[in-house]
Amino acid sequence: MLITKLKNKEEILLLLEKKPFIIKCFGCKEVYFPEDEIEELLKGNESKIIGVARLDYLCREEFSKLYLTRYSSQIKKSGAIIVFSCGVGVQVLAKLCIDKKVLAGCDTYSLDGFQGLSVQNANCEQCGECYLNYTGGICPLTACSKGLLNGPCGGAKNGKCEVSPEMDCGWELIYKRLKGLKIENVTKESKVLIRNYKRILDELGYNKNNIKGE
Amino acid sequence: MAFAKKIQSGEFTITSEIGPPKGVEIEGILKEAETLKDKVDAFNVTDLQSSVMKLGSLATCRLLVERGLEPIFQITCRDRNRLALQSDLLSAYVLGIRNVLVLTGDHTVLGDHPQAKPVFDLDSISLLKAATGLMEGKDMVGNELVGKPEFLLGAVVNPGADPLEPQIIKMEKKIEAGAKFFQTQAIYDLKSFENFMNIVGKFNVPVLGGIVLLKSAGMAKFMNEKVAGINVPDKYITMMAEANKEDRPKVSIQIAAELIKGMKGLCQGIHIMPLGWEKHVPSVLENSGF
Repeated sequence: MLITKLKNKEEILLLLEKKPFIIKCFGCKEVYFPEDEIEELLKGNESKIIGVARLDYLCREEFSKLYLTRYSSQIKKSGAIIVFSCGVGVQVLAKLCIDKKVLAGCDTYSLDGFQGLSVQNANCEQCGECYLNYTGGICPLTACSKGLLNGPCGGAKNGKCEVSPEMDCGWELIYKRLKGLKIENVTKESKVLIRNYKRILDELGYNKNNIKGE
Repeated sequence: MAFAKKIQSGEFTITSEIGPPKGVEIEGILKEAETLKDKVDAFNVTDLQSSVMKLGSLATCRLLVERGLEPIFQITCRDRNRLALQSDLLSAYVLGIRNVLVLTGDHTVLGDHPQAKPVFDLDSISLLKAATGLMEGKDMVGNELVGKPEFLLGAVVNPGADPLEPQIIKMEKKIEAGAKFFQTQAIYDLKSFENFMNIVGKFNVPVLGGIVLLKSAGMAKFMNEKVAGINVPDKYITMMAEANKEDRPKVSIQIAAELIKGMKGLCQGIHIMPLGWEKHVPSVLENSGF
């Protein structure tokens, strides 16, 4: 089971400057979606938004593909797509819209109880600080065997990861995706990223009295 | 320290590599290093190379310091989180270690303990940034340190990587995070290395070209098939294949010397990784004109 939380307000307002098309998932019943918070955030910013779609089960690629045809003219006009869903939904849309920047509006957190039941766990680690906005909509935590956040380790041969000839190098996929989006200097896309485990530990109720760190 | 001074002066610099043993008998390796004292500017000490459990890099570096040899402490992110990594950097400093080579590290499944937890809490870039922070007197969350360590930080780059651009991007990020020198993956193709150096020359950071001594044609073929960024040309494979077993070191030294001579005009030094053939390093250098 997972919950999605809005990224911080400033970060999302910055994303709105890209004249986005917005997709909100109200998907599966196990997941909490911050629909009211999204409404509130978008209020007053309608002029920057090309359109909004409220859809379910973005994680199902075949459904999402059909949905996208319905909104294709609006998406074409937009500067980016902001997806309010769990990390799986964002990654599915990024895969389907390779010529468009697909951005995450939410961070995905895990909740105890349903782990192992959902096949979608595979490409969203529910880390609580979604990185998909830096990596062309491909999750570096799940696509890279080492979960590296700042680029390839250099161990891949012929596009395949050092741990298995069957596994693609996640960072090569990210690089190609960013290249396809014509993000010329990929370095400018990202600062040095360092994972903050405190986010998920807080969510699990650890560390309640610790005020240090962040 | 002498290594930092030399590499920053632009003088051609030579480093070699020591792989600590699996166990505690280290005297032989230290003796071998001592014979290279006047020929090599500093010795990298590998950190559980290929994810195989061995004697540690930190302790081995200290033993080199005690013998008047200058170590380069290799530190990887494979099996320590940010607490341990920062602490080990502080430990290195108080033990007299001044050069650090920061790497992400091979995955644990490639080594002799595939059951181990792969850590990778940080990566080469975030660890470089953390080390730079320590040098400025702060830990990763901004707490003040009592006294500041000083290091010459280095990193690695793979000039034969395909595609090359992600390597260059990462190299630039490493420089921004504090890397002051680079050592490369083994080079066998001077033409493509020259192309690489033309691209990265603008960074103005010294690059030491990697030399791995070929032990056999089989090893060359294995590396071509499995090791990222390595392409041993057919002519070297043929030379090794045609040599008798006892002549192989001689041919290998000849190949390495040819590559080193070719690198002299291209980069700021060489890094020799003998992988067990430490005893041949003096002949390699002699045949290369050092």
